[in-house]
Amino acid sequence: MSLTYLEAIREAQYEALRQNADVFLYGQDIGAFGGAFKATKGLAREFPGRVFDSPISEDAMVGLAVGAAIEGARPILEMQFADFSSVGFNQIVNQAGTQYWRTDVPCPITIRLPSGGTPGSGPFHSQSMESIYAHYPGLVIVTPATVEDAYWMLLDSVELNDPVMFCEHKFLYYHLKADSLGERSLPIGKARIARPGRHATVVTYSAMLHEALKSAEELQLDGYQIEVVDLRSVKPMDTDTILASVARTGRLLAVGESFPWGGVTAEIVARVSAEAFHLLDAPPMRLNSKDTPIPYHPNLWKSHRPTVTTISDAVRRLLRY
Amino acid sequence: MQLSRQVEEKLGSLYRSGGRIVGGVYLGKGQEAFSAALGVQLVGGRDVYGPLIRDQAGRIAFGEPLLDCFRTYLGTATGPMRGRDGNIHRGRPKEGMLAMISHLGALVSVVTGVLFARRLRGSLGDTVGATSIGDGGTSTGAFHEGMNLAAVEKLPLIVSVANNQFAYSTPNSRQFACEDLLSRAEGYGVRGWSVAGTDLASCLKGFRAAVAAARSGSGPQMVVGRMLRLGGHGEHDDASYVPEEARFSHLGQDCLMVAEKTLAARGLASAEVVKGWEQEGRKLIDAAIAQAGREPLPDPYRERWDALSTSHLVEGRSE
Ligand SMILES: Cc1ncc(C[n+]2csc(CCOP(=O)(O)OP(=O)(O)O)c2C)c(N)n1
Ligand SMILES: [Mg+2]
Repeated sequence: MSLTYLEAIREAQYEALRQNADVFLYGQDIGAFGGAFKATKGLAREFPGRVFDSPISEDAMVGLAVGAAIEGARPILEMQFADFSSVGFNQIVNQAGTQYWRTDVPCPITIRLPSGGTPGSGPFHSQSMESIYAHYPGLVIVTPATVEDAYWMLLDSVELNDPVMFCEHKFLYYHLKADSLGERSLPIGKARIARPGRHATVVTYSAMLHEALKSAEELQLDGYQIEVVDLRSVKPMDTDTILASVARTGRLLAVGESFPWGGVTAEIVARVSAEAFHLLDAPPMRLNSKDTPIPYHPNLWKSHRPTVTTISDAVRRLLRY
Repeated sequence: MQLSRQVEEKLGSLYRSGGRIVGGVYLGKGQEAFSAALGVQLVGGRDVYGPLIRDQAGRIAFGEPLLDCFRTYLGTATGPMRGRDGNIHRGRPKEGMLAMISHLGALVSVVTGVLFARRLRGSLGDTVGATSIGDGGTSTGAFHEGMNLAAVEKLPLIVSVANNQFAYSTPNSRQFACEDLLSRAEGYGVRGWSVAGTDLASCLKGFRAAVAAARSGSGPQMVVGRMLRLGGHGEHDDASYVPEEARFSHLGQDCLMVAEKTLAARGLASAEVVKGWEQEGRKLIDAAIAQAGREPLPDPYRERWDALSTSHLVEGRSE
C-alpha cells in the first residue's frame, strides 16, 4: 500500500468522523464533489448528514464552527485555499482565539488550510499563513511535513480542545508518499530531528523540510553533516529541541516559506539568540521567501521561495563564518 | 424594561462619579421595549441569546442575574469574565448566553453555529437562537454572511435590528441606500417583521410572532424596529450630532413612558403599581452593587495567563 499526503488527510478525516459522532466537516464544495483537492472524496456518501457544502463565506464559516463548538461539536473546516482564510481572519483570531480565555468554554475546532506555493498558482493561491496565526494567542498552529504527520497530527488536532490551524502544504499533496501511516508517535508540540548532524542546524517545517533535507544531502558530499529539525508544530514551538540541536552544532539557519518580515523564522532566531547566545559559533541566520507577493510564473516562483540552492548557499555562509 | 432603565441609570452615575467602573459604559436607554420584547420570548437556559451593546433589558428578560452585570462592570474576579473582558462583553455560553466580541456582525454566525450543532446532534427540538444588531452593524460583511448562511441552513434564528437612526455619529443616509432595512430580509430569503421600536405593545406583538414562526420551523426571522438612542453612543458622548427635529419626533419618544401610559390606559398597572416595581428594583440593584463591591478584584499574580485550555501546550509553562 502506498499513500499520498493528501490521501492521508482524507483518511484522517474519515477516521475522525468514524470515531466521534461530534465531528462534522464544513467547507466549500466538500460534499458530493469531494473538495477542490478531493481531500474529502467520498466522505459525504460514507457519512450522510455530516459533511456540508458551505456558502463562500469564510467569516460565517468560522463563526458557525465556533458556535457549534460551544454546543459540544468538533467541526473540521476546510478553507478552499489558506489564502481565503484572510476573509475569516476576524472570527479566527478574535472569536475562536479568545473564546476559552474569555469565557472558560473551550473551542475545539480544526481549520484546514491548503497552504504554500505550487508553480503557476500566483499571489492568491499560494500563501503560507502560519506566521500570521501564530502571532495571535489562543491558537495552535501545526505544519506537518510528512504523510504520517499529516494523518496523525490531523487526528490529534481534532481531539484537542483548542482551535487548531492545520497548515497542510499543497506542494506535498501528490508528491509525498509513504508505505504506511505508521503509528502515533510524537504529540503536537514536539519537534523531530529529521536528520542528525554536527556542523550546523537547519530548523524548518512543512514543505521546506524536504528542501532542507536535499540541501543536507548535497552538503554531505562536501563533508558537512547538517542536522535538520522538523518543527511539526510552529506553535507551540519546541524550543528545547532547537536549543539542544544548536548546542551540538553551534550554528543555526531557520528556513520558512512565509514572507520574511517577522514570523516563525524570526521567532526561532530570537529564542536561540536570547537563550543560547553562548552556544553559537556564528550569527544565527534565517531564510524566507522574498518580500513581494508570490509570483505566478514558475520561473519567478522558483526564485521567490527558498530552494535547495539558496538553503545550501546560506548554510555554506554559516559554516564559513 | 423598567429595571433595565434603573440599572443603566445607576451604571451611568457610577461612571460619571468616576473610579469604580472600569472601562466604557454603553447603554440601551430608549431601546428597552425592543430589547425586552425579544428577551421575554426566549426561554433562559434552553434558547440561545447573543445580546449586543444595547440589550440590558433583553438580558434581564432572558434571566441574566444583575450580579453578572455589576460584577463585570466593577471588574471583579468573581464575575463571568473575571476581569478578562468587560461591560457588555459578558456572557455564559454554556448557559445559552453568548459573550459578544466587539466586532459587529460577528455573532450572527456564532448563534447560527450553536443551532447548527443542535440540529446535528438531535437536540434542537423547538429551541431558537436570537441576536441583535444596529443599523450600522448591518453594513458589515459578517452580518451579511451570517444572515445568508442561516437562511441557507433554514435554522430558527431571530435577528433583531434596532434602527436607532445613527451608528455612533453616522446617520442612516451615510450607512445604507435602501429605503428600509426591512427590504434586506427579502434579499436573504428570510421573513421580515416591522415594529414600532418605541411602543412596547408593537414590539411584543412582532417578536411573539417572529419567535413563534422560528420555533415552528419557518427558518430565520428578521425584526426591524425604529427608535432613537436616548443618550450618547457611550456615556462619554453627548450625541450633539442628533438634530433637534429627530429628538422631538415620534422616534425620540421614551419607550418606558409610552409603556407606562399604555399600562395605565388599559388598566393593567396604575402609577402606584409602577412605583412599587421601581422600589423593588432599587433594592435589587443596591444589593447587587453592595455584594459585587465587596468582592475581590483580579490579581495578576493569580492570573493563569494562558489562552489555551490544553495546559501542556501553553508555551513557557513550567509545570
Ligand atoms: C466591525 C466593527 N467596526 C467598528 C466598530 C466600532 N463601533 C462600535 S459601536 C459602533 C456603532 C454601531 O452602530 P449601530 O450598529 O447602529 O449600533 P448602535 O450603537 O446605534 O446601537 C461602531 C462604529 C465595531 N465595534 N465593529
Ligand atoms: Mg444605530
